[in-house]
Amino acid sequence: MATPLLSPAPLQVDAIRADFPILNQANERGQRLVYLDSAASSQKPAVVIDAQANYYRHDNANIHRGVYALSERATTEYETARKRVAAFINAPDPDTCIFVRNTTEAINLVAYSWGRQHIQAGDLLVVTLLDHHSNLVPWQVLAETQGAELAYARVTAGGRLDEDHLGRLLDREPKLVAMPHVSNALGTIVDVARWTRRAQAAGATVLIDGAQSAPHLPVDVAAIGCDFFALSGHKLLAPMGSGVLWGKRDRLDAMPPFLTGGGMIRRVTVDGTTWAELPAKFEAGTPAVGEAIGLGVAVDYLTELGMDRVRSHERDLTDYALDRLQRLPGIQLYGPDDLDERAGVISFAVGEVHPHDVASILAEENVAVRAGHHCCQPLMRELDLVATTRASFSVYNDETDVDRLASAIERVIEVFA
Amino acid sequence: MGDSLYRELIMDHSKHPRNKGTLDPHDYSYQDVNPLCGDEIRIDVRVQDDVVSDIKFSGRGCAISQAAASMLTEMVLGQPVAEVKTLAKEDLLEELGVPIGPARMKCALLGLKVLKAGLYGVAPADDSL
Repeated sequence: MATPLLSPAPLQVDAIRADFPILNQANERGQRLVYLDSAASSQKPAVVIDAQANYYRHDNANIHRGVYALSERATTEYETARKRVAAFINAPDPDTCIFVRNTTEAINLVAYSWGRQHIQAGDLLVVTLLDHHSNLVPWQVLAETQGAELAYARVTAGGRLDEDHLGRLLDREPKLVAMPHVSNALGTIVDVARWTRRAQAAGATVLIDGAQSAPHLPVDVAAIGCDFFALSGHKLLAPMGSGVLWGKRDRLDAMPPFLTGGGMIRRVTVDGTTWAELPAKFEAGTPAVGEAIGLGVAVDYLTELGMDRVRSHERDLTDYALDRLQRLPGIQLYGPDDLDERAGVISFAVGEVHPHDVASILAEENVAVRAGHHCCQPLMRELDLVATTRASFSVYNDETDVDRLASAIERVIEVFA
Repeated sequence: MGDSLYRELIMDHSKHPRNKGTLDPHDYSYQDVNPLCGDEIRIDVRVQDDVVSDIKFSGRGCAISQAAASMLTEMVLGQPVAEVKTLAKEDLLEELGVPIGPARMKCALLGLKVLKAGLYGVAPADDSL
């Protein structure tokens, strides 16, 4: 079977949908569930659900140090998951992938551990108004405790980073630049490789929030060149409670632990403690082993589909959706127009109708979307919005889902006419 | 669409709110927000002989919060203050006549919360409201 070199073969969405048991349900009117809230949390394929369940059914034991077969199997599976995640984001060394609960915990780990070690009074930290609260609040808290300044790179009306403003902030030689790879509220794709180079040239350490990119774009942390990269498993077809912080080895080696206790020590005496090597130094306590194993299976599932194909599919679907939705009367679409700068996220308004009413009527049509500030209150204020309704795509969505969304929006327009 | 939240009665109050506005002077005035979705409601009340003699609401937000506040003003206008103080959320929900799920309950009950806080003389949580 020949595979085209330039244009990736399209995803077989019907077959993919069959892999996700939860999608096989309908409301009392027989309308199939249309799940368009993957930016909040994705659904999970049966192979992931089974991997987690099989771990608890057949292999459950605490990892590391157990010399019996169960513990050895649990340890091997856990460390295999780490290798799978490392390959997925092209991390050169699996031990630099730290298992955490989610992106928020990953960013807090860096803010508390690296941040308190390196940030001093008067230093400048830079984030962007595209950032989710999880990549804003930890830096606000750090700035406050250390007496540092926190500056926010602005966003244009079209939902792109204001490059001039960010450039001027970099001229002030910040110690840290934190930015999203993809905006959860608008879908904006940030050219993180270019900004990482510029920020590092200005002397900054760079953290990329990959919560919205890792599930949808090919991610190569080595090519991006950032110092830290954070992702959540639950947005990436994996169980809730699984996530990863990747960091450059010299950074992670030089950092003190975030949480302390069991599993992360080399030697404990009544006089003091020395720390274990990576990754154990940052994995205090018993980790979520079954969840991590599920994450390993999820990234392999995506790799098998091919992240280039996933991106191409979601790009085409976004193109179709933007075209379909902008024909509806009174609709307002937010975010970048250029499909190369936009992931599968569509934030919109229907005339003056409140986003919660839009989402409620869509829910009555069994179309699941999100309404609100999307954990981006500073961005909403910058764009002079209170809230938006947001539809977001994943590998199991296709044009029939967009058609259902469009008809449901037509009902909103009808009800509020 | 028999089970829709957005039945005729709610939409009628949403599109044509009753008792909309403010009262100056008033005997009671209170306002509050639903921080989850940003609904805002203010209710002004005049009392004569222990009866709600006039009531106006103002604010902005989702159709459910605004329609419920509009219906609430109709329910309590002309009623003794003592009775309004004991109005239960079930009374208002019954008047709304549609099933309100947990996700929208705060929207539906915001007006009642504001009215009761005003009548019971609760100090506003935030002076800027």
